[in-house]
Amino acid sequence: MSSSNPVVTFVTKTLTYRGGKGHWSWILHRLGGLGIATFLVLHIFDIFLVGASKSLFESLLFIYHNPVFRPALWALTFGVFYHAFNGVRIIIQDFWPGLFRYQKQLVLAVWIIVAILVIPLVGIDISNMLSH
Amino acid sequence: MAINTKYARTPRPGGGSFELFSWFFMRISGLLLALMVSAHLIWMHYVIGLSNINFDVIAGRWTGPNGTFWRTYDLFLLLLGMTHGMNGVRFVVEDYIHSPGWRVFIKTLVGLILFIMVVMGAYVIFTF
Repeated sequence: MSSSNPVVTFVTKTLTYRGGKGHWSWILHRLGGLGIATFLVLHIFDIFLVGASKSLFESLLFIYHNPVFRPALWALTFGVFYHAFNGVRIIIQDFWPGLFRYQKQLVLAVWIIVAILVIPLVGIDISNMLSH
Repeated sequence: MAINTKYARTPRPGGGSFELFSWFFMRISGLLLALMVSAHLIWMHYVIGLSNINFDVIAGRWTGPNGTFWRTYDLFLLLLGMTHGMNGVRFVVEDYIHSPGWRVFIKTLVGLILFIMVVMGAYVIFTF
């Protein structure tokens, strides 16, 4: 099935291709990367305002300080650590191809490392939010 | 090094020296970013804490005793992050946008965003 619409192509290929764990890691790596890139552009804008206009920067800080933004920070945190450690896994497998036979274990290791980093950070952040 | 035919690795691109350089660049910059962005995220967004971030905290960091270190650190985050990120967006564009006209248009846009963001970020880091 082919479509000229790239969004339709992405969605159909994503749902119909049966590549197992490696396939889902690849999708998450890509979506995470696009999300981080989007936030990075926003982040450079906000830091640009620090230099360009102190008053404008401070008047817009309520956006990041609003509790509604907090889940976005947690999603960003998960996205950054997942993309970082899944990326390290890809590099390891590229340079030592024999390790491809341990892909399932390496994917599991990525999830364990990400959980060890993300769960305490987000947990402490939630408890700090609740105590204020 | 023996080629393992049962488990195919990510193919190294055959599209010429730029694509080969790009392949290596994503891996080298990726390793540096994995360390530098993780440290930045934990320190600025959690240890200092998002709700404590304000103008004085950022200004103090750049103008304090370790100001030169933090400006250099942030400059590397800016350059590595934007080039790695926009090159990644370029990969996605090449995978899904097949119309030659749209492809050139969007890749030009991505290149412009890279240029503008690096200039805006570097301007703040150097002139603050």
